[in-house]
Amino acid sequence: MTQFTLWDIFRNLLLATRWTILLSLVSFLGGGILGLILLFMRIGHNRAAQFFSKIYVEIFQGTPLLMQLFLAFFGLGLFGINVPAWLAAGVALIAWTAAFLVEIWRGCVESVASGQWEAAASLGMGYLQQMRYVILPQALKIAVAPTVGFSVQVIKGTALTSIIGFVELSKAGSVVTNATFQPFTVYGLVALLYFALCWPLSKSSQILERKLNVAHRNH
Amino acid sequence: MSLIEITEVRKSFGPNEVLKGINLDIEPGEVIAIIGKSGSGKSTLLRCINGLESINSGSISVAGAQLLPDELHLKALRLKVGMIFQQFNLFPHLTAGGNVILSQAVVKKTPKPEAEAIARQMLDRVGLAAKFDAYPDELSGGQQQRVAIARALAMRPIALLCDEITSALDPELVGEVLAVVRSLAAEGMTLLMVTHEMKFARDVCSRVVFMHHGKVHEIGRPEAVFANPQTPELKQFLGML
Amino acid sequence: MSYHFNFGWLLVYYPELLKGTWVTIQLILIGAVFGVSLGVFCAWVRALGPAWLKPIVSVYVELIRNTPFLIQLFFIFFGLPSLGLQMGETSAANLAMIINLGAYSCEIIRAGIEATPRGQFEAGASLAMTRFETFRYVVLLPALKRIWPALSSQIVIVMLGSSVVSQIAVEDLTFAANFIQSRSFRAFEAYFVSTFIYLTLAILLRLLLKFIGGRLFQRKAAR
Ligand SMILES: Nc1ncnc2c1ncn2[C@@H]1O[C@H](COP(=O)(O)OP(=O)(O)O)[C@@H](O)[C@H]1O
Ligand SMILES: [Mg+2]
Repeated sequence: MTQFTLWDIFRNLLLATRWTILLSLVSFLGGGILGLILLFMRIGHNRAAQFFSKIYVEIFQGTPLLMQLFLAFFGLGLFGINVPAWLAAGVALIAWTAAFLVEIWRGCVESVASGQWEAAASLGMGYLQQMRYVILPQALKIAVAPTVGFSVQVIKGTALTSIIGFVELSKAGSVVTNATFQPFTVYGLVALLYFALCWPLSKSSQILERKLNVAHRNH
Repeated sequence: MSLIEITEVRKSFGPNEVLKGINLDIEPGEVIAIIGKSGSGKSTLLRCINGLESINSGSISVAGAQLLPDELHLKALRLKVGMIFQQFNLFPHLTAGGNVILSQAVVKKTPKPEAEAIARQMLDRVGLAAKFDAYPDELSGGQQQRVAIARALAMRPIALLCDEITSALDPELVGEVLAVVRSLAAEGMTLLMVTHEMKFARDVCSRVVFMHHGKVHEIGRPEAVFANPQTPELKQFLGML
Repeated sequence: MSYHFNFGWLLVYYPELLKGTWVTIQLILIGAVFGVSLGVFCAWVRALGPAWLKPIVSVYVELIRNTPFLIQLFFIFFGLPSLGLQMGETSAANLAMIINLGAYSCEIIRAGIEATPRGQFEAGASLAMTRFETFRYVVLLPALKRIWPALSSQIVIVMLGSSVVSQIAVEDLTFAANFIQSRSFRAFEAYFVSTFIYLTLAILLRLLLKFIGGRLFQRKAAR
C-alpha cells in the first residue's frame, strides 16, 4: 500500500474544491436570475403569477434538496437523455436557490415603508416607476447582507451533489478516505476547506448587516 | 366651476364606513383647514382626493377632470394635486436635490439640467438651497418636511394636500414649516390641510371644515367657526383644546 | 417521451415507506428536543454566560454553521472512531442533528435574548434575582416567543436535511426510497412519492410547532 502524505491528501481535496466553487457560482447566479423572475411574479399584480410563485417556494422549501437532486437526475433521465451528474446538480441547485432567494428578497421589498410607495404614487409615478426608482434601490440595500449570508447555504448545499455522483469536495473526501483509510484527517480537512470558503462570507454578511443597522439608527 | 369638487363621497373599510357622504367645493386660491377628532376621517378624505384610496361612491374632480381608478387618470390627477405627509416620506436613498429631481425626470420626462435647475429653485423657495446634496437622515425634521414640500412643488401642482404636516415635528421646528405654507398661501396656491394648529388656521385659512364621524359637520369662515360654533360637537372639540 | 408513469406498484412497498417515515419522525423529534436545549444553553453562554465559555461556544457555532451537515455526519460516523469513539449509525445521526440544530438555534435564540429591553434585566436585579434567575424566569420565555417563527423554520430545515443520514445507512425515508428504486428500477416514482411524504411532514411539523408555540406562550386566562 502506498503511503499518502498529508500534502497528497490536501492537494487532491484542493483540486476538487474548484468544482465546489464553480457549482456554487453557477447555482447562485442561475438561482438569482430565476429568483428575480419569481420575485416579480410574486410582487406583481397578476394573481395567477403570484400563486405560482408562492407554490413554487412552498414546494422547494418544503422538500429535501437531496430529493430534488434525485428527481432532477432521474426526472431528466426520463427524457431519454443520459444525464450527467453536473447537469442534474446544476438544475436542482438553481431551482432550490431561487426558492430561498425569492423569500429573502420579498421580505426586503416588504420592509420598505408603505409611505414610500404612497409618496412615489402621489408624485404621479406608475407602479413600475415606483418599483424601479423608489422601492428597489432601498430594498437592494437591505438585501445585500442576507443574500451574501445565503450564499453560504448554497456552498454547503453543493455537498449533496456528491450523492448523485458529482465529483466535488465532498465526493473527493469519500474517494480519498477510501484510498487512505484516514477518515478523521480527510473529513477534518474537508470541513476546514468548506469553512475557509464559507466563513468569510458569513462574516461579511454579519458586518454588512451591522453597518446597515447603524445607518438605520441614524435616521 | 370650482377647482376641486367633492360630491357625495363615501368610503368604507370593510364594514366600517369612514366617509359618509362628503360634499365640498374648493375655489382656486382657497386655503382650507380641516379639523376634527382623531378617527373622524380627515386623512381618509385627503387620501381619496389623491387616489391613494379608492372611493365606494360619489365623485371627485379636480380642474374638471374626474378621478378614476386607472393608472392613466390617476397620474393626470396627481400631476395636478401634490401631497405632503405627516411622516415626510422622503426617499432615503436620494439627496434632497435627488428627491426633488426624481419625479420630474421620471414622470414628466423633464431633461436632467432643467429638472436640476427647478430643484434648486424649489429648495431655495423653502429656504434650503444649501442642502441640495444632503441626505434626508442628515436633515432635521423641519428641514425634511420642507424638502418634501419642495418635491411636491416641483411638479407644478395646482393644489396641495397637507395631512398634519407639523404633527411629527418638535415644537421648535413647527414654525419654519408653517412659514413656508404661509408664503405658499400668499402666492395663491390652493391648499387643503388637516391641522391642529388652530392659530394658524385662524390667521391663514379662508374656510375651516370641521369633520365629525365621517361627515362635514360644520363649515365656514374661521372667524365664524372659531368664535361662534353652531353645534355642540364643535363646541366640545374647541373646548377640549 | 414514451415513459408511462405508474404509481400503483408502490403499494407493495408501503411497509418500507411507513417504516422510513417513522424513522425520520423519530430523528427530528430527538434532534429538535435536544438540539434546541443545547441551543438555549449556548445562547445563554454567548449572551450572559461566563467569559471562559464564550470563545468555546463561538468556535463551535461558527464551525457548524460554516460546514455542510453531510460532512459533519461523516466526520462523526467515520472519523471519530479513530479517536476510539465508536457509535451506531442511528446514534451518529442523532448526535449530528443535535449538534447541527444546537448551533443554529443558538444564534437564533441569542438574537431573541439580545432584543430584550434592558429594563427587564434591571427589574429582575432590583427584585434581588441572580443573573441566572432573571434569565430563567424573566428573559427566556419572551425571548423564545420573539424568535419562535425563525426557530420553527430552522427545525423544518433540519428535518429536511436529515435525508442525508441515509448515506450512513440509517433506514429513514430517503433510505426507503433508495431501496425501492434499487428493487423496482422505477426511480422517478419512488423519489416522487417520498418527496411528497417529506412535503407533508414539513407542513405537519410546521403546524405542530405553531401549536406548541401557541401553548407555550399562551397567556393565562384572566380571572
Ligand atoms: N387602511 C385602513 N384600513 C382600515 N381602516 C382604516 C384604514 N385607514 C383608516 N381607517 C379607519 O378609518 C377611520 C378614519 O381614519 P382617518 O381618516 O385616519 O382619521 P383621522 O385622520 O381623522 O384621524 C379610523 O377609524 C381608522 O381606523
Ligand atoms: Mg389622520
